[in-house]
This record gives sequence, structure tokens and C-alpha cells, in this order.
Amino acid sequence: MPDSLVIKNLNASIGERPILKDFCLTVPKGEVHAIMGPNGTGKSTLSKVLAGHPDYTVQSGSALLDGEEILGLEPDVVARAGLFLAFQYPSEIPGVTIANFIRAAIVARQAKGTPFDAKAYYAELYAKMDALKMDRKFTARFVNEGFSGGEKKRCEILQLMMLKPKYAVLDETDSGLDIDALRIVSEGVNRMRGPDTGFLVITHYQRLLEYIVPDRVHIMWDGRIVHSGGKELALELEAKGYDWVKTELASA
Amino acid sequence: MAEIDENLAQREAIEVDRSKGDFKYEESYAFDAGIGLSAGVVDYISKVKAEEPWIREFRQKALKIFDGLPMPTHWATTDLDNIKFENIRYYLAKGQKAVRTWEEVPDDVKKTFERLGIPESERKFLAGVEAQFDSEAVYSRMKEELEKLGVIFCGPTEGLRDHPEIFRKWFGKVIPAGDNKFAALNSAVFSGGSFIYIPKGVKVAQPLQAYFRINAENFGQFERTLIIADEGSEVTYMEGCTAPKFETATLHSAVVELVALKGAKIQYVTVQNWSANVFNLVTKRGVAEEGAEVRWIDCNIGSRLTMKYPGVVLRGKGARGEVLSIALANDGQHQDTGAKMIHAADDTTSNIIAKSISVGSGRSTYRGLVHIPKTLKNCRNNTECDALLINEHSRTDTYPAISVRGQKNSVQHEASVSKVSAEQIFYMMQRGLSEGEAMSLAVNGFVNDLVKEFPMEYSVELKRLIELQMEGSVG
Ligand SMILES: Nc1ncnc2c1ncn2[C@@H]1O[C@H](COP(=O)(O)OP(=O)(O)OP(=O)(O)O)[C@@H](O)[C@H]1O
Ligand SMILES: [Mg+2]
Repeated sequence: MPDSLVIKNLNASIGERPILKDFCLTVPKGEVHAIMGPNGTGKSTLSKVLAGHPDYTVQSGSALLDGEEILGLEPDVVARAGLFLAFQYPSEIPGVTIANFIRAAIVARQAKGTPFDAKAYYAELYAKMDALKMDRKFTARFVNEGFSGGEKKRCEILQLMMLKPKYAVLDETDSGLDIDALRIVSEGVNRMRGPDTGFLVITHYQRLLEYIVPDRVHIMWDGRIVHSGGKELALELEAKGYDWVKTELASA
Repeated sequence: MAEIDENLAQREAIEVDRSKGDFKYEESYAFDAGIGLSAGVVDYISKVKAEEPWIREFRQKALKIFDGLPMPTHWATTDLDNIKFENIRYYLAKGQKAVRTWEEVPDDVKKTFERLGIPESERKFLAGVEAQFDSEAVYSRMKEELEKLGVIFCGPTEGLRDHPEIFRKWFGKVIPAGDNKFAALNSAVFSGGSFIYIPKGVKVAQPLQAYFRINAENFGQFERTLIIADEGSEVTYMEGCTAPKFETATLHSAVVELVALKGAKIQYVTVQNWSANVFNLVTKRGVAEEGAEVRWIDCNIGSRLTMKYPGVVLRGKGARGEVLSIALANDGQHQDTGAKMIHAADDTTSNIIAKSISVGSGRSTYRGLVHIPKTLKNCRNNTECDALLINEHSRTDTYPAISVRGQKNSVQHEASVSKVSAEQIFYMMQRGLSEGEAMSLAVNGFVNDLVKEFPMEYSVELKRLIELQMEGSVG
């Protein structure tokens, strides 16, 4: 499928320990898929394996981004191919301002020698910060350094909006956000929804999915998707917890 | 000793690499002291320069001191033992006189400096330029208005010959020949460098620049610089250095003496980008008289081993000394750098900010000395050493020797070591930056607050050099 992110029978481990086990999932462009699942089932691992993190070993399987294999590529190549990861725990980069960081990321996507339009860049950056209700002073702050948990998440979404990837994986972007921030950030994501972008939203809480209404909800358990459904599945989980999934798995 | 032969066939072999300084045109030299060091070599140098007897004696005495001093390997690094003094060429020059227009510079040499962007910088922002090729300056020029004001900007040979009343008084006084083994070596075979005098009250707005280029292999460059800023005057001097990549070790061993008389200000900026086989062993010291200020901005990038500890002797009441330094030790390199502040009068202040970056197997060492004797009052020193390590194999050491006596003086010392973690690199790469770009962004971020203090033109150059180094360090 050319216009999808297709993950097939992905097996990946950290050290000797297998984390992803025959993981399969397809996210077509234009759709929002949510992944829910208990702590430690491998949700963040999935996002990092897709992004090419060097700590994980891929044993088998494939991940095709619009038909192109991304497993085994360097992280920057995957990123420029169109995969964006909003981190659960974003890193701090001391001394590097947000404005310079995003600028460098944009320049890295341009053909060498393309002149950089700084004026247009700042206009866009400010507009997006305004939309996310981020103080413009943040452009001069160092990436994530001394940011509150919620500020870090907002900064991830700002980067997402500036870099306009084909597929975005949002790893617990809602955690650490206050109620207003959750709404603002969700609006930002919703504005990016459209036929050209696919989203994979990892979350523990149904609340986020009230704002970013998913096309599909998947339950992840021990390294694979064990149950998929519509947006109502999230409500069901919220009401019943994960125990029923366990029971269902045991009887299957 | 080589015969003086001006008819060597000119060959042009260009070896180019990405890093800007790494190219080389084949050269022939009219003056060549041959290989190895001896009293005869020292005399040859003195003779071709037609020096006065006292300078010749100064050189010969220095050679004896050099022979008598042991290598300072006990406190630094045994790598110094790999310098084979007997294999080095101590004097190589195409001519004895620097010309005053780029048109007169021999084509091949001119091409070298054009590639390094020197004539362009001169047009854009410099008050004067001197371009040294191996042992001698090939080009030297200063704006006429400065000449009219009495500013002197020449080499040591001309300085000592034409203005002995100004330069002889201070020559070898801030850094005597016996200061250390390499200062002695320089004193014996020095050639090239800048002698500058800024008359009372003259404030030179634009920088004067010298560019030191090593072109020959197995060669030693021993320039000598003496800058005297008379009362109330101000000057900024900048030096740039490059050499092509050589198979064998090359030596750069300069001596730089600065004298800031009452109320004068000297700012000395170095951006060196030596290739990986250059031993860079330089002695730099300034004297600041009453109310005067000496500021060293020192960026050490490249070289196999750099040992350099710019110092200021705060001799007059209220004098200020500052060292801002950045050292980048890439794979296989060792930057042993630091600063010395000798407080010798009341109300003197000194400030040291040293940042080092170690990449791969690179190693950086900070070696500091701050001395405030008990008899003084109201002296202050601030020392900050920050080290950045990129990956696990790199190494950093800090030896801040601070001897402060007396109740009425204060020191503040801070040191930090931070790492660019694999997670940080991954985070940046996830945004589309290559590994090299990610590292240079992190490094530039680390030195950023210091670089803001630098003259603009140099901060741009430094940023580019860091990028080149980081790209080159990615396997
Ligand atoms: N670098 C690592 N070293 C050791 N174990 C790891 C590493 N990364 C992940 N793991 C382990 O892999 C398992 C899956 O972790 P992962 O972070 O993917 O879970 P998660 O589903 O994102 O959990 P949470 O909901 O808590 O964020 C966990 O047991 C975790 O401890
Ligand atoms: Mg997680």
C-alpha cells in the first residue's frame, strides 16, 4: 500500500529480551490510529524501532513508509523520509535555541544550497506558537532545557507542525498536559489532520481521544496488537480496565 | 646547509581535502637552513636576516638554554618525546622582504592565501594584514591613516632593526628565553611574526591580522610577536593558522609577548585550525600596567598536540586580565590548554572561561594557574572550566592551581563536565539532522555564550570550523 505506514510481523528486542513480537499494524494516510495498552507492553519501543533507534535490534519483519522500507535506515534518513516522533521523554539540548533547532531541521530537508527564507520561517514559527499559546520568548530558549513537562510536550507539537511529516507517532503527548493545554495541543494536531498525514497516537487515557477522535483504536499487549476497534473501544477500556483483555487472551 | 637556489623547477601539485586549510602547492625556497638544529643553523638565520650582533648572541644563548632544558614530559604528555628535532627544517623562505600589494606576491603563494580568504577579509574588515608563508611574511600592509598616526606593524627583523628604541626594551622580557624549552627554541630560531606599536591614545578600531601558513613538511614555524600598546591606546590583533595534512610531524612553536601600558587595551584573538600532525607548542603572555587590560581569546582546533596557556601578569593597580578559550580535541588529538593569571598589584581582576570539547579518542586538559600573593588586596579572580564529552572514549582533566593568599582577595571557581548523550543525538537525528550536524549543533550550543564575546567575523569562522570537524569525526 503506497499511501500507508505498514508494519508487518515486526520482531524487535533490547539486548536479549524480545519486546515486539510479530507486531502488525497499518496506518493509512489521512487516518488517526490510537494505541492503548498497559505499561511496559512495548508502545514506546515500537515508536523508537520505527525511528531507527540504535539500542534496539530488529530480528525480522518490515515497516514500509509509502512502500519504502524504513527499518535499518539511519534515524535522520527515516525522519527525512517523513516519519516524526513526538517523544514521551524529549531530550534537552543545552545551548541550542528552539528557533535554531527547528531551522536546522528544516534546512536538513532542503536541497543543499537552497537559500533559507528567514522572514517566512519566523512568520510561520510565530503563527504556530500563537496557535499553541506558546510565549514567543520560547524561540530563544534552549530546546527543552528547564521546560515543565507540559511545555516539553507543546514544544514537540510545535516541531511536528513546523516539519509537516507524512506520519507522526505521538507517544503519550497528553501526559503532563493540563486540561487547557490538552485542548490546545489537540487542536494543533487536528488542524494537521488531512489526506496527507497519518497519525499513530499512543495514550493511556480516553480523554485525549475525545479531542483527537481516532479512526481506529488498538490494544497492545505484550508486544503485539491483540484487539482493534472503533473509537468506542477506548471508552470500553476506560470503563473496564485491561483485565478483560487478559481473560480474553487466556481463553483464546 | 642548502645552497641558495632560485631556479628550482616549479611543480604544481594540488592536494585538496574538504577542510579548508588542507591543500598544498609545491614550493621552491630561496632560503633554506637545511635539516636539523645547530649553532650553524642559528647563525644562518641570523645572517640571512643581517641581524645585529646582540640579536645573534641572544639567539645563541637561547640555543644553549634549549639544549640544557629537559622536555616538560613529566607533567604533560610523553607524545612530546616523538618530536625529532634533528629531522626538522628550521628556516624556509622564498625571500626576505614582504611586499605591500597582493599583485607583487608570487602567484602560487597568492593562490594559497586567496583560497584561505585573506585578501577578501582584508578588504572587508581589517586595518592591516600580514601573511606569513613558512618562515617569513610574504605580504604586509596597513592602512595609511594608521601609519600617519605612528602605528607600527612589521615583522621582528624590521622591528628590531628599524625601531630598536621601542622594541628592544620589551623583546624577550615578558617571556625570557629560559621560560620553558619551547620558548628557548623559539628565541634561538625565531622568524616572522608581528611587531606592533600603538602610540599613546591611539585607538585602532579595526583589527590587525596575521595569518600563519605552514606549507612545508617536516618544518618548524617559529614566529615571534611583540605588541606594545602605549598609554591609553587600544588594539585588537587576530591570528589565523593552517597547514595541509602531512604524513610526518610538523612543529609550530611561537612566542607572543604583549605589553599594555597604563590604561591600554589589547585583545588578542587566535583561531587555529592546524592539521592533525602539527605539534603546537606556544608561549603567550601579556603584561598589564595600571588600569590596563589584556584579553586573550584563544580557539584551538586541530593539531596533534597543543600546549598553550596564555597568561597575564597584572602588574599595575586596577589592571584586568582575561582568557576566553575554546579547545576542540578530535579523535587522536590532545589539547592541553589553560590560562595563567599572576596578580602583582592591588585591585586587579582576572577572568578565565575555558571550554573544551573532546570527541572520540580526543583528550582535553585544562591547566590553570592563578596566583594572588598575601600582600595584595582587593584582587579578584573568576575561573570557569566546562568540558563537553562526545561519546565514552573521550577524556578530560582539569588541573586548576589556584594559590590565593590574604583575606582581602577573592576567587571563584566553577567546573563542569557534561556529555552529549546518545539519546540527545538520537533526538536531533529524529528531526532530520545527520549525526555530524547533530554533534556540531550540540558543540556550537556548548560554546555559544562564549562565542558571543568574540568579534563577529571570527565567530562565523569558528562555527564553520566546528562543523567541519564534527562532520569529519563521524565514521
Ligand atoms: N533501553 C532499555 N533497556 C532495558 N529495558 C528496556 C529499554 N527500553 C525498554 N525496555 C523495556 O522494554 C519494555 C517495554 O518498554 P516500553 O517503554 O516500550 O513500554 P511502554 O509500552 O511504552 O510503557 P509505558 O506505558 O509505561 O510508557 C519495558 O519492560 C521496558 O523496561
Ligand atoms: Mg512508553
